[in-house]
Amino acid sequence: MTSLLNIRRRRVDELAETAEGGTSLTVDALRRMARNPVAIIGAVIVAVFVLLALFAPWIAPEDPYTPFQVLKDQLRADSIPGPQPGFPLGSDEFGRDFLSRLIVGAQQSLVVGVMATLIGLAVGMVIGGLAGALGGWVDTLLMRLTDIMLSVPSLLLAISIAALARHPSQWTVIIAVAMVSVPIFARLLRGSMLAQRASDHVLAATALGVRRRTIVFRHMLPNSVGPVIVQATLTLATSIIDAAALSFLGLGDPDPARAEWGLMLGNAQRYLDVRPELAFYPAVAIIVVALGFTLLGESMREALDPKNRR
Amino acid sequence: MSSLALLDVRDLTVTFHRKGARPFTAVDGVSFDVEPGRTVGLVGESGCGKSVTSLAIMGLLPRRGATVGGSVTFEGTDLLTLSASAMRERRGRDLGMVFQDPLSSLNPVVSIGLQVSEVLERHRGLPRKKAMVEAADLLDKVGIPDPRRRLSEYPHQLSGGMRQRALIAMALACRPRLLIADEPTTALDVTIQAQILALLAELVRDTGTALILITHDLGVVAGLCDEVNVLYAGRVVERAERHALFARPRHPYTNGLLASIPRLDGARGERLRPVRGSVNDNIPWRSGCAFAPRCPNALDVCRLVTPEMVADGPGGLLRCHNPVVHTEEVTA
Ligand SMILES: Nc1ncnc2c1ncn2[C@@H]1O[C@H](COP(=O)(O)OP(=O)(O)OP(=O)(O)O)[C@@H](O)[C@H]1O
Ligand code: SF4
Ligand SMILES: [Mg+2]
Repeated sequence: MTSLLNIRRRRVDELAETAEGGTSLTVDALRRMARNPVAIIGAVIVAVFVLLALFAPWIAPEDPYTPFQVLKDQLRADSIPGPQPGFPLGSDEFGRDFLSRLIVGAQQSLVVGVMATLIGLAVGMVIGGLAGALGGWVDTLLMRLTDIMLSVPSLLLAISIAALARHPSQWTVIIAVAMVSVPIFARLLRGSMLAQRASDHVLAATALGVRRRTIVFRHMLPNSVGPVIVQATLTLATSIIDAAALSFLGLGDPDPARAEWGLMLGNAQRYLDVRPELAFYPAVAIIVVALGFTLLGESMREALDPKNRR
Repeated sequence: MSSLALLDVRDLTVTFHRKGARPFTAVDGVSFDVEPGRTVGLVGESGCGKSVTSLAIMGLLPRRGATVGGSVTFEGTDLLTLSASAMRERRGRDLGMVFQDPLSSLNPVVSIGLQVSEVLERHRGLPRKKAMVEAADLLDKVGIPDPRRRLSEYPHQLSGGMRQRALIAMALACRPRLLIADEPTTALDVTIQAQILALLAELVRDTGTALILITHDLGVVAGLCDEVNVLYAGRVVERAERHALFARPRHPYTNGLLASIPRLDGARGERLRPVRGSVNDNIPWRSGCAFAPRCPNALDVCRLVTPEMVADGPGGLLRCHNPVVHTEEVTA
């Protein structure tokens, strides 16, 4: 438990320290990333995923929600129709177009991932901002709280929170997943603010008598943006996985009509002998998308790290 | 002279307390004063407490971890007794400061214009638009070409010299009566150094601002300072008018500093590589003269009795048992 806490704390703290250099290095960092093949692969995966998600209703060749008579006619107890003209990936267990459902599933994943990340970011920034700006016992109290949250493995925490909901829905999933990232964003922002507080330009602004409010909002917060963007990118990856896991475990919206990768993966378990592809494609989709965000985030982290400059 | 002083620093003592380490007294009873419009040098090797002294005057030392003793009287008020918010009112308005590294002293994500106008908005209550107009004037005054365009630029778009000019403009924006410049040219190219020093000299002359100039570099002192305080291990060991100091350095440490410079009139930017030994050889001030282990003039008494500050010549002060004697004095 302690070692998990320490590992997670150290990663966040190292990222926070990159705030000291400020974001004027963004152009520089982007240039370094453009030369990094890992960053390019990550960016391409993310771009394809986002475009697919945004335009899913137009890209999907068929209606993902209504079963097709042609496919239903071929459904047997021991077989689900495979690829055929008009249905490149075949049917799901209800005779719906599997490819269209996968594509629309991208939209679901993006919405859940982005919402969870934004909520986690907002709550975490408030906590971390207060701790960093006020210091003293407020800081100590808030950081103890985040340490407790960080010491619980993230999926376990998400499951516990989601299990509290009386009527599971997509919002249960979003909030449960968001809570997991709250302590990370809080600790990150607080660390960046501390690095900023010790920086020369904050000292120089203080020497000019600039108000404390202005120092926090103009001279400390904007310089913490870089690490926050990196962490948000990485959090998108874990949020998408965690959300899928919660749906898989039946902790999300139970409506079976929904096209959602985690749910699809969960439902496919019953047909593993009949048509393993039903599990395979959503699983690959989740892994590839999470990988894309992780590659992008990690290469951003690397590009921002002062140790890798020059 | 003390009655005329704009700033009177008396027995300033700064002790740092760190977990797991013994308390460390970085500034140990420093006294000096600054008269209106004068330029006073604080000289000494790295770690002797120059920056800590200036931060203590500005009230910029961390509240936790540092104890400050003595008094810093500015126009009759002891700054050390002021509340944090009263001190914030004075900083930037009555007291300005310029730091060593112009790049890291500027906020990388805020435009130059906003960083300059910020001070005017804060202390003179100017609205943003007026403050910007005045900011352009200020940039012009410190010799930044095309100031209007510069307002919207960011620190990384300016050269090192330009950045330091902008920081000087910010420090002088509200015409403070005292400016502290802590090694303002150390981070700059040699050719730029001379320009920045000339600018500082011009500005303090035109505005009547008193200047505390902190430096390693006796060349800088020779060019700019009216009087000099030489610091050693957290204490002032010699105070003298500039001419007296260069003509007749009395403290063996000052003498060593001067002797280590090949030519007094040139070679600015040369760091002092003075005097044999290092600060690690020091003995504590309370048991004698801290400089004794490195001092060519040291006597037995130097390791036993702490030298007191005594008057020495016109306007001079000296802390030494066996000062350097200059031959013309002997013959005279
Ligand atoms: N915040 C701090 N905590 C603990 N010790 C400090 C702190 N700031 C400075 N010191 C110590 O105080 C001593 C004096 O430091 P100071 O920065 O004043 O030296 P300086 O004369 O300005 O030297 P330099 O020429 O290198 O700038 C040093 O030994 C330094 O290690
Ligand atoms: S007091 Fe003694 S040791 Fe110290 S500087 Fe003077 S002569 Fe040297
Ligand atoms: Mg210094």
